[in-house]
Amino acid sequence: MKDQQMKKMIKGIAAPLPLANVDTDVIMPKRFLITITREGLADGTFADLRFDNAGGPRPDFILNKAPWTQANILVVGDNFGCGSSREHAVWGMRQLGIDACIGTSFAGIFYDNARKNGLALPIVSPETRDLLLQAAGNGAEITIDLSGRTITAGDIRAPFEMDAATQTALIRGRDDTLDSLEHAGAIRDYEAGLKSQMRVSVIK
Amino acid sequence: MSRTLYDKLVDAHKVCDLPDGDMLIYVDFHIMNEYTSPQAFSGLDAKGLDVWRTEAHLAVVDHVNATRSNEPHDKASKLLIDNLESNCTKHDIAFYGLGDPRQGIEHVVVPEQGLVIPGMLIACGDSHTTTYGAYGALGFGIGTSEVEHVLATQTLRYKRMKTMRVLIDGETAPGVTAKDIIMKVVQVVGAGGANGFAVEFAGSAVRHLDMAGRMTVCNMAVELGARAALIAADEVTEAALQGHSHSGRFAFYGESWHSDPEAVFDNEVAIAGGDIEPLVTWGTSPDQSVPITAHVPVASDYVSPKAKAALARSLNYMGLTEGQSAQSIAIDTAFIGSCTNSRIEDLREAAKILEGRKVAVGVEAIVVPGSAMTRIKAEAEGLRAIFEAAGFEWRPEAGCSMCLAMNDDIAMDGERVASSTNRNFEGRQGRGARTHLMSPAMVAAASVAGHLADVRNFK
Repeated sequence: MKDQQMKKMIKGIAAPLPLANVDTDVIMPKRFLITITREGLADGTFADLRFDNAGGPRPDFILNKAPWTQANILVVGDNFGCGSSREHAVWGMRQLGIDACIGTSFAGIFYDNARKNGLALPIVSPETRDLLLQAAGNGAEITIDLSGRTITAGDIRAPFEMDAATQTALIRGRDDTLDSLEHAGAIRDYEAGLKSQMRVSVIK
Repeated sequence: MSRTLYDKLVDAHKVCDLPDGDMLIYVDFHIMNEYTSPQAFSGLDAKGLDVWRTEAHLAVVDHVNATRSNEPHDKASKLLIDNLESNCTKHDIAFYGLGDPRQGIEHVVVPEQGLVIPGMLIACGDSHTTTYGAYGALGFGIGTSEVEHVLATQTLRYKRMKTMRVLIDGETAPGVTAKDIIMKVVQVVGAGGANGFAVEFAGSAVRHLDMAGRMTVCNMAVELGARAALIAADEVTEAALQGHSHSGRFAFYGESWHSDPEAVFDNEVAIAGGDIEPLVTWGTSPDQSVPITAHVPVASDYVSPKAKAALARSLNYMGLTEGQSAQSIAIDTAFIGSCTNSRIEDLREAAKILEGRKVAVGVEAIVVPGSAMTRIKAEAEGLRAIFEAAGFEWRPEAGCSMCLAMNDDIAMDGERVASSTNRNFEGRQGRGARTHLMSPAMVAAASVAGHLADVRNFK
């Protein structure tokens, strides 16, 4: 089941990850995808950035350095989460303890996957992002106010964008599948209006 | 009021508005594979839910299976494949598994079976579901939680996107393929340039493409961030609907599946067809490409320190130097396959280059037909003989294979691959593997030359 707690504020150490176009192959390499559960993906998250070929931590990677080993927020480059639809990328980030990624743009499927798993993706201007990258690099604590759509870090106070449905979903931590089944009547009405040739039936 | 094709498709599938601003849209047809669906089925079980409409789904094994034989190559892949089959059996869902004559890469199988027609809405736990836009259908990739949502409700929560039209007018030069057209679009619009947009491809260069070419274009639209890609249905589309096992079983009336002439798009991009050359990627993002006659960028090509740093990082990963000519890049491996370029038309184009030629010494060359039906057709046409005579390994089973290396076709650290696939990300084809994206004909040319090469020199 989804995390049901009301989560209006996300607060913590933020790690700067300024690379653009960080794709889901980099977030969760394919060798961790051969699984039928959602669990056990923390080690796979950013594995090729965090660990060398022998499995040792790469000391120069931000999440391997104090204080960012404690980071629960990432400040990221443009177009974060592009590529494959694998929700494993988001599951892994959550299992690694990441609650939010602040960036200028996110790939569409990644954005929707994040919402389903309580990972907040506040969208800010490039100027704000660059300021936050700097603050994060200095080890500053960042606070994300989901209800007020505001980010604060030291002297920085900036608004962020988030569509209303995603904001509600993150705060309420609801289960979309069960929620949508409350509209079963509307779905049946829609189906009743379909001509028979519009009902796909796959040959087994 | 004038509407775009995208808006017509969304309007036709809207079930209801939701209080939080989303809407529910109806999914006519849903496709699953073995790696993004297991947790969706276990989610259903955990919530005690049934599949809403069992006949509207198809499951295909394609991502993790070996292509040397129809036996799983290890226990882990067998677990995923068996899991999908047992979930389908339990929920009474059509399953095209290993050894089934209809099996193959999902986005090759679906059109081959006549399961996509104009006006449909198709979802699949795979980002390249944008492929179906080639038929004037709305196809898009979803995550595993959304797979669960479709199974349980036959709908998705949806936000209407903005619209972008990419107009490509003018005849393309000989040697320029659909792959070069979409790689050019990705280069111009950028890897995230269409985030939040549904993109419609239009213009004479697009209209002149056959369905395989249109699918290649729509397939890779996700590499510019487009969640959906569309091409208006026309007589080429109509002709392609005939002769498949599901042909004539479905029809979606009520609309003309093209944008109205006066429809307004939120963004417009124009590219001259005549300006497009055969392209190759040099970096680790699909928008990092140059014409095959050009060279790898140099730092002074960029202004911002961020862009210079990104160039340095990509070149370091790719093992290239600034300003190196594209044709000086020697390859270890040539790979033809993937949902982007493994259809019979792609194999024919590559075979034209390979006929009477040999793969260069030291280059390992592999071709994985996109489906069992494609393979049989290619063998009947004599294409297998051409590939094998040239020195390509012809794989007997279909799958995604080395496009994302989830099976046993994994490129080694530092191995350089000329690839007809869709993503050149770090580690995509194996940890440390270096991918250069290009058309299947260009892969064939590179395999013969032993380095990236201009297909126009192979008459």
